[in-house]
Parts: sequence; structure tokens; C-alpha cells
Amino acid sequence: MATRILSLIALLLAMIFAPVTAMAQDDFAAQVNALGPGSFADREKAINALVATGDERVPPILQALSDGDLYIRKVDAKVLFGTKAGGAFALKDPVDGADLGTAPSADIEKVKSNNGLRGKIRTAIGKMTLLSTDGAARLSAAQNVLKNADPAMLELLDQALTTEADPKIKSTMELARAVIVLKTEGTLEAKRAAVETVASHGDRAARTVLANNLDSAPEELKPVIQSGINQIDGTLVVWDVGQNLLYGISLSSVLLLAAIGLAITFGVMGVINMAHGEMVMLGAYTTYAVQLLLQAVAPGLMEYSLAFAVPAAFLFTALVGVAIERGIIRWLYGRPLETLLATWGLSLVLQQAVRTVFGPTNKPVSPPTWMSGTFDLWNISFTWNRLWIIVFAIAVFAILQIILNRTPLGLQMRAVTQNRRMASAMGIRTPFVDAMTFGLGSGIAGLAGVALSQIDNVSPNLGQNYIIDSFMVVVFGGVGNLWGTLVGALSLGVANKFLEPYAGAVLAKIVILVLIILFIQRRPRGLFALKGRSVES
Amino acid sequence: MTANRVLAGIGLGVAMTVGGLAPVTAFAQETIKVGVLHSLSGTMAISETTLKDTMLFLIDEQNKKGGLLGKQLEAVVVDPASDWPLFAEKARELIAVGKVAAVFGCWTSSSRKSVLPVFKELNSILFYPVQYEGEESEKNVIYTGAAPNQQAIPAVDYLMSEDGGSVKRWVLEATDYVYPRTTNKILEQYLKDKGVAAEDIKVNYTPFGFSDWQTEVAAIKEFGSAGKKTAVVSTINGDANVPFYKELGNQGVSAEDIPVVAFSVGEEELAGMDTSALVGHLAAWNYFQSVDTPANAEFIKAWHTYIKSDTRTTNDPMEAAYLGFNLWVQAVEKAGTTDTDAVLKAIVGLSVPNLTGGTATVLPNHHLTKPVLIGEIQADGQFETVWKTDGDVPGDAWSDVLPEDKGIEADWTDPLTGCGHFDTATKTCGAAPAP
Repeated sequence: MATRILSLIALLLAMIFAPVTAMAQDDFAAQVNALGPGSFADREKAINALVATGDERVPPILQALSDGDLYIRKVDAKVLFGTKAGGAFALKDPVDGADLGTAPSADIEKVKSNNGLRGKIRTAIGKMTLLSTDGAARLSAAQNVLKNADPAMLELLDQALTTEADPKIKSTMELARAVIVLKTEGTLEAKRAAVETVASHGDRAARTVLANNLDSAPEELKPVIQSGINQIDGTLVVWDVGQNLLYGISLSSVLLLAAIGLAITFGVMGVINMAHGEMVMLGAYTTYAVQLLLQAVAPGLMEYSLAFAVPAAFLFTALVGVAIERGIIRWLYGRPLETLLATWGLSLVLQQAVRTVFGPTNKPVSPPTWMSGTFDLWNISFTWNRLWIIVFAIAVFAILQIILNRTPLGLQMRAVTQNRRMASAMGIRTPFVDAMTFGLGSGIAGLAGVALSQIDNVSPNLGQNYIIDSFMVVVFGGVGNLWGTLVGALSLGVANKFLEPYAGAVLAKIVILVLIILFIQRRPRGLFALKGRSVES
Repeated sequence: MTANRVLAGIGLGVAMTVGGLAPVTAFAQETIKVGVLHSLSGTMAISETTLKDTMLFLIDEQNKKGGLLGKQLEAVVVDPASDWPLFAEKARELIAVGKVAAVFGCWTSSSRKSVLPVFKELNSILFYPVQYEGEESEKNVIYTGAAPNQQAIPAVDYLMSEDGGSVKRWVLEATDYVYPRTTNKILEQYLKDKGVAAEDIKVNYTPFGFSDWQTEVAAIKEFGSAGKKTAVVSTINGDANVPFYKELGNQGVSAEDIPVVAFSVGEEELAGMDTSALVGHLAAWNYFQSVDTPANAEFIKAWHTYIKSDTRTTNDPMEAAYLGFNLWVQAVEKAGTTDTDAVLKAIVGLSVPNLTGGTATVLPNHHLTKPVLIGEIQADGQFETVWKTDGDVPGDAWSDVLPEDKGIEADWTDPLTGCGHFDTATKTCGAAPAP
């Protein structure tokens, strides 16, 4: 604070003595420009010098350096803000905020930073914005102070704590303060209180702090710290179970999405469709294509690209599905081996076609902002995109149930599945229903592709990773039963995630596979066997 | 009957896409044929297609300069379709039927191991352009990518240094196959030799194409919360990287807290990703597109002109292919023939300038000297070099870190009497142990 007041006085004085202002301005500009040349060590010195000025223009400059938005103009070695604008960079003077036009990338050079430097910058910005009026800035400042726990911050923290009203920021500040107290030479009482503050936070970060201090703590304090660690460990065990369950449900939702289309084509129609994975892949590529189109036509709608991608992917893959059914599969009903070979060949053709059109490399599908990042469910951090995929999977499942049970098309589908000849005799156009059913299954696979494009690669191989899992889910759940698919996906997903931390991902997968084989031995028709018949029998 | 016809049609379609022997250019006069053995379909196409283009580009450039020994070069491209046994078949086809003078190809170690017997039997040369696990030195192979001591070990050294954050605790996160297994074996031994306790090392393997990283990333966070600076050394392969990094970004594992250093993630892999959440994570390579040297600028410019795109990236295996090709051209010029033994004799000791500065010299063990660079991922998908070895590091075929490989050398100065696994203690040339 003292430096701030000093700098304020300096500023006032500078205002009175105009020539001095110019000098101070030059001085500051020189300090900013010092960020440019030299090694990382030189840059660190320049940062320290800038921080020492206490100038309020410093935090944005440091933030830009940390984000890689700070550039050196080659002609005059000036350090400037640069933002990409088309092929060139729009430049802004960090000292007086003046707009300096644009420059091509050849005329400027980025001011480099590395992890070490970014850590230092984080501390520095934390120091400078802890008393900011902006709540978000204060919270991030408090978190920065917590991460670095610099003893020199204690005084400033105490001051910030007296005025802080927001409970979340306050609790972060208290934690930071306790961490610093533990680090410094203090009275035993103060330290004991600090340990209690930290332990009461009860999360993983708090455990780290305590574990860090265990060795260096005075003898009298060690039992207190140890019991704090034990107490946190106790609660964390419970949270681990919750975390595994949540991750399991999330994996299940992905499995469900990938498998539910197959539950229609394979489960309901009895077609062993090896090209199912490629329908998922086509759905993902449709998402990518929609984004490309929107970027070109209406960049403002990018945030809502998924709203366009979902119907587009469904329609496109459904059409491809109908074409496949009409072109290939209808000639092969009742001949499972030929169907398997033909659809497998088709999957290779589709993969290579996509590879030829879009190239072999992964395509970037940018997530909308409401789908990125995490939220904390007490001690479990869960990502937004996973949550939305769970919601999406449930929605798709529900809509499919409604279609099958409440619409004329669903009725006809069930009729054809259960007794093709009778249905035909009743005047149902069975070939049309076959095509529609296959189209529906493929369309749903396309929807899965939209969801998977958010968490996986959009590459020609996308589908291959899911085809085995999809078959596993459908067979395990019981062929021809959507509820079976749901339960199958849930049990496989959750079992996988509970095994993974103990057995490792490779072994977990093997164990699951062995369990399924054993299960199918006992119940060949899966969890929920359908009493009926499939197309050919 | 119709069904059969449809099947046959599909079969034909597959055969056409998977491809047979396809000479790219046909010249009336005599040419020197060069084999290109990279997967253009299947899982590895994502990485290998670019190398095929690179080879065509290099051959094109050489032909513009007047070819080699007064003849034009002709590329013979085959597609082994990411299928390891097919690699051996296609290699045989290239050498026996295509009569190529040398082959440039392979990516995975499995494919290299698959073609080795063919190259031995038919006595031809393979230039292998990818970083690999070491533990091999063959008469018929020139390894132009990095050995473990040119990538993995310097990366760990950097993270242990003060600049790298003085890392004390290590997660070795890997895909379950031969390259990560061997690399991790070497790294674990190296870390233990450096005094890292066993409980501070966590090794985790995941299957190929793994996509659900929630548990793994949560486990890394937990492992990193033990109070010591933690880093992740990733030998995750290919497609599994994108979901891994997405999960890291989503769960907020920032590079300042737990940096991830990767050995298989280059510019090409990052091109399919939103890298803003990955800024600061590291990669260790011998080449980055961002390295500012005149040679590199020229290379990138020529590449962009050839491929007709300004946005196509360059990467480390491309530089390795470039070095291998130029070394072969020099060796053929020096030997005055494309005969295998003469070229192999001529090539040891030759050197070409690296694109990143320094020179790549072919060592007697058929590996190259290379600088090692550590780069941090930037928001634009490029790497910023934050550390570089002083001078070039010679590639070591048999890692000195592993006790069973201590004192093992390889020397192919004379290809006819050379030895790929020479025990300096017993002075005998033994067969390499089975991996």
C-alpha cells in the first residue's frame, strides 16, 4: 500500500511539474520496452521493475505477456499489445493506450514467456489486484496468492480480509493467509489455528498444503497436522466413490449414445452393421462441416452451431443409412455373414472416402463456451461438456422411446420386427419400414457423432473406437430391447470406472470383456431377453 | 447373385482405395527408383500421409536440381494400410519387384520390426524417420529420428532443472505398446539413478485410441497434490492425445502446476485442437516449425509452395525425412552408385546441416547427431523453444541407462564386417536380445 500511496504522490507531483510527467512517461515506457530483449532471466528482472512501480497499467501488460499477446516491433524495439486481426496484427501502445494501426507478422516478434515466468506473473498480478473493486479479479488474485503463498503478502492479505464481504473470496483469502502463516516463523498458537483453518477446507488443495508442511513443522504441531491430513483423507475416500460413480455415468452416456443406434439396426432389425461406427464418424464430420459453413456465412452464430449440427447430422446420416439399406442391406436379409462382410467393407470405403475428402488429420471442432470448463461438485470436478452429453443422451433415449411407442412409424416398426408376414398382410409396406428403421438407427448414430466431436478426435478412425463397445453394450443389454441397452451401458460404464483406478485402463477393459463373456455363457440373450423374433426367423 | 455382385463391387472399391503398386511418375529414360513405404489408409494414415507428401516433395526438389548421378529420381509409393504384416509384404514388393534403390518409410516400431527381415534378406536400405525407443542398430537401417537419449532423457533433465521447475514427482502416462514400454523402462531407471524414490514415480498404461480420460486425469491431479512439484511424461500415441489434452484443459490442469511433456505430440497433432487451454505444456523434439533459422524458413516456404497451402505445418519426422533423404543423396554421389553396400559404406560420417542449426552426422551406429529442443505449446498451435542442448547430441542405440546395455556398442563403419550389438567387455558381437 505504501508504494501505491507513494506512486500516487509521485503522480500528483508529476502533474504539477509537466516536464517531469513526460520524463515519468518515458521512464515507464522504457521499463515496458525492457520486457523485450534478452533471456528469460532478463525478462524476470524487467517484470520485477515494472511491479515495483505499482502503476495500474502494469497488470494488463503482464497479463498480455502471460497470454502471449505482447509483441516487439522490430523497427524501434517497442513492446506493444498485439491482437490478431486477419492476416496481420492490430497494435496498441501499452503506455498510453494509443492505437498504432496494424503490422504484418513479419514486422513484429512475440515476447516469449515460459512456465516459470507465468508463475511469477501470476504472483505479481495477485499482489496488484488483491484490493481491486472487481470481485472476479479479487478472487483470481486470492487464488494466485494461495498458489504461491508469498510471505510478503501477509500484510496485504490482512488488509484485504478486513474489507472483504464475499464469503467465497474471503474463505480463499483465509486459506491463503493460513498457508502463509504455516510457512513463516510464527507463534505456535497462530500456526495451530492456521492448521485448523486449512483442515476445515477439507479438499485436495488443503491436503497438499498440510502434507507440504508436515516435515518442516515443529514437533508439537506434527500430530495436529497429521490428524488434519487423516481427517481430509477420510472424507476424500467417500468423494472418490462419488467421483467414480459420476465418471462412470458419464462414460455410460457416451456408450449409450454410441450403442443406441445400433440397438435399432442390430437389436431391432437384426442387421449386423459393422459400418455403424462410420455413421457416428459421419455425424462428427457433419458437425465440423456445419461449423465451417457457419464461420463463413454467419460467424455470430458459431456459439449456437450445435443447434444446427444436431438436425443436420441426423438428417445426413439418416439419408446415408437409407441409401445403404436400399442399396446393399436389403439384398442380404437373412444372411448374417454376408451382411457382416458387406457392411465391414462399406466401413472401410466410408473411412477412406472421408480421408480423401477431408484429409487424414484430425479436424478441430471448437466447443461453445457454455460447454467448456469445469464446475466443482463439492470435491469432484466435472466438466460441462460431459454433463451436457449426459443430458443429451437421456434426451435422445427418451425421444426414441416416444417414437417407438407412441408414433405410427414406431408401431409399424414393432409390428414388422415381431411378425413380418403378418404385418405385410395387414398392409404395412415392410420394405419402406425397413428403410425407415435403418435410417432412424443411422440418424441416431449421427447424433452420437455430434456429441463425440466434443470430447474425441474428429478423424476418419473415430467410429472404429466405438464399434466394439457398442456391440458389447447391445449384446450385454439384450438384443432388441432399448431399456436393456440403457442398463447395459450404465453397468459397463460404471463397472469400468470403478475398476480403472485399481486395475488400470488396460486391465479394466480386459476384466470387463471376460465378465461379459462369462455372462453371455449363462444368459445368451443378454440382460433383458426379448420374447419375440427377429427379422429372419 | 446380386448380393455377390455388390460384395464384389465393395471388394473392388476396397482394393482400389487400399491401393497397389502405383508409380507416381513415369519417365521414358532410365530413372533411380525410391521406395516410399508409409500408410495412406488405416489408423496411422493421420501421421504417415504427410511423410509420403514430404518424400514426394523432396524427390521433386532433387529432380529440379538435376536429379542424381545424371538420372531423374522416381518415387514408388505403396500403401501398407497401417497393417504390420502388410508392411513386410509391401517392402518386399518395393525391393524385389519395384527395384528401388532405397526405401523411406515406417512410423511405428511394430512396422519397422516387421520389415527388418525383408531388408536383411534382400539387402536394401531403410531410412526410418521417427523418434523411437532405441535398443536396435541394424546394418540395413539408418535411424534419422531421435533415440531416447536425444529426446526423453534431455526432457527429464530439463524438468529436473531449476528452469524446468525442479520436478520431484513423475507420472509416466503411456499407451500400451513397445515404444512407451521401452522408453518408460529407460526413464524409470534413469529417474531412480537420479535419486527419485519409487513412490514418486507413477506409471500408467492405457489402450490404443483411449478416449475416456476422466479417471486418469483425476488420478494425475491427485498424484500431484502430494506436495512435491509434479510433471507428466507422456508417451501417449496418436489419436488418444486429443481427448487427453481436452480433458486436461477441461479439468483445469495448468502447465504452471503440472506440466505435461510429450514425445509424440507435434505441430500436426495440435492442428486438430483448440490449444488455448494447453499453453505451456511441453514437447521434446529435435525440430520445431517455429525455430527461426534461414534454412528452416526456406524449407517451410518450399513446402508450402509444393503442397499449395500456407497452413500446412511442418514437424520433426518431416525434418528427419529431409535429413535422411539428403544424406542418402550425398552417399550415392560419394559412392557413385546406388549399390547397397557401397552406399552404406559411404554414408557413415557424412553430414548435412540440420534445419534448426548444427549438423546431422551419420554415426557408426547408424543414428544421427541432433540438437534437442524443449518447446512450450503456444495459443496458435506452435511451439516456443524454451530450452536447447548445447550443441548436438549423438544418438545412442543401446541406452547406457539400462544395466543390461552397459558397454554395448554398434559399429557399421564397414557394413560387411560391422556389428550392431558389440559387447565391449567380452569383445564379442552377440545377437541382440529379444525385446
